Amino acid sequence: MASLNHPANLKYSKTDEWVRVEGDEAVIGITDYAQDQLGDIVYIELPWESGQTLAGEEKFGDLESVKATSELVAPLSGSIVGANQELKEHPEYINDYPYEKGWMVRIKLTDASQLDDLLDADSYLKYLQGR
Amino acid sequence: MTTNDGDVSRLKRTPLYEQHQALGARLVEFGGWEMPVQYSGILDEHQAVRTRAGLFDVSHMGEFKVEGEDALAFLQYLVPNDVARLEIGQALYTQLCMPDGNVIDDLLVYYLAENHYMLVVNAANIDKDFTWVQEQARGFEHVSLSNQSATTSLIAIQGPKALEILQTLTDSDLASIRYYHFVPGVVDGKDCIVSRTGYTGEDGFELYGASPDAVALWQALLTAGKPHGLIPAGLGARDTLRLEAGLCLYGHELDEHTNPLEARLGWTVKLNKASDFIGRDALRQVKAQGPAKLLVGVNLLERGVPRSGYAIFSGERQIGILTSGAPGPTVQKNIGIGYVEPAEATIGNQITVDIRGRRIAAQIVALPFYDRKR
Repeated sequence: MASLNHPANLKYSKTDEWVRVEGDEAVIGITDYAQDQLGDIVYIELPWESGQTLAGEEKFGDLESVKATSELVAPLSGSIVGANQELKEHPEYINDYPYEKGWMVRIKLTDASQLDDLLDADSYLKYLQGR
Repeated sequence: MTTNDGDVSRLKRTPLYEQHQALGARLVEFGGWEMPVQYSGILDEHQAVRTRAGLFDVSHMGEFKVEGEDALAFLQYLVPNDVARLEIGQALYTQLCMPDGNVIDDLLVYYLAENHYMLVVNAANIDKDFTWVQEQARGFEHVSLSNQSATTSLIAIQGPKALEILQTLTDSDLASIRYYHFVPGVVDGKDCIVSRTGYTGEDGFELYGASPDAVALWQALLTAGKPHGLIPAGLGARDTLRLEAGLCLYGHELDEHTNPLEARLGWTVKLNKASDFIGRDALRQVKAQGPAKLLVGVNLLERGVPRSGYAIFSGERQIGILTSGAPGPTVQKNIGIGYVEPAEATIGNQITVDIRGRRIAAQIVALPFYDRKR
C-alpha cells in the first residue's frame, strides 16, 4: 500500500473511483490502487459524447486490461460534460497517471449531497487495508 | 470498478513460492495452485520473452514416469501420436483421448531410456490424468507408473537469449539439442533434464529438476540472465505469448467436448500407426465425415478485446464461439482463437464478435498470429 498514491484533496468510492470536485462539476477516474490491481490497461469504453447522464452506482464504462474486463461504476450522478478522448489512443495514461492524464469523465453534478457518501483519502486507505 | 478475485486459501504452492513473493509477484489461483500472474507487468514480460528472455516457474505441471517392458505398447495404446518413432532423447506432443475421441488432456511424452518414459501433463489435470493412466494400464502386465509431480520442479527459460544465458550454467552443448529433443544435463551443479521445448513461440529450454534444487536453480538463472535482460515472467505473459503463437490451452481450445481433429491437431494423430489406440475408431469417423467444428484465429477490426466465451456471428447467425482472447502485444492486434462451423472457417471470412451485447467487426485469420521464423 505504501508505494501507491491517494491524494488528500480527492474523494473516493468503495468501487475504487476518485472524484475531484470543481464547483458544481466533478472529474472522475480510477485510483492508483485500482490501476495497480488491473495491470496494463489496453482499452477503455466511456460515454464519449457529452450530454449523457451518469447514474450513481451504475456502470458507466468498461476497462480492458490484458487479462480481464472490468466495469466502471459511477460514484455520483450527473450529466457528462466531457470524456477524456486521449484515452482512446493512450489507455496506458490510466496506469501511469491515474489522477492527471488518466482522468476519465467530467460531469455536472445533479445531487451534491452524494459527495457526503464518498470517502476521504484516510478513510479510503483504511478501507483498502481492510480488504 | 468491480473485479473478481479467486479465493486463494488452501491452494498448492510450488517450491518457488517465496521467490515469487520476494520478487513482488501478483499471485492468483490457477488450476488449484497459487501462481504468479505477473511481476513487472504482463506487457513488459511478454516483450522481454520476445526480445531477450523470460523465466517461468511451471513446477505446478505434472510428471508421470511410465516404465517397464510394456511401456511402449501401453503408450501406443494410450495416445494417438506414434510413440514408436521417438528416439531416446526426443519428445512428442499428443493427447489423452476418451473412446469418443474427445480430449482428457494434452501432454508431452519424453523417451528417457529403454522402457522408460515421462509424461508431462497440465497442472489442473494431474489427478484426473493419473487416475486415467492407471486405469488404462491395467491391460498391460509389465508397466509400472509413478506420479512424480510433487518432487519434480520445472523452470522454463524462453526467448532469443535463452540459449546464451543457460549455456553459462551448463557444459551441455545446448546448440546441438534440436527442437523437441532433450539431454540429461547438469545446470549450476544440479541434475536436470534440459529440454528444447516451450510454450511461447520463442526458442528456449525447459529444465526438469528435483524440487529441493529449484530455488538455487531459479536464482542462478536470474543472476546469469541479468546482464542479458532476463526477467521473471508469469502466467499472464505465458498466455499472451502462447495465444500469439496459436498454441492450444486445455480448458479453452481443448476439453472433454472437443477432439484433436477439430483443434487442427491432426498432425499429432497417427490414425494409421501399427497399434490401435483409445479413440481411434471415433477419430477415423470424424476424419471421414469431417469435424463438427474447426479451430480458427480471429482478428478484431474495430476497437475491443475478444475474450473466451464471446459468440462469433456471420450476419445474424451465430457460427461459433471464442475459446481464448486478449490483446496481442507483439502483433499489435486484438486476437482470439475459437471454433466455428467448418464451412465458415475460411481465411478472410468477415465476421462479428459479440462483446457485451455489441457486434464488433472481425475476421478469420490463419494461425499462428506470430511466427518467429525458426
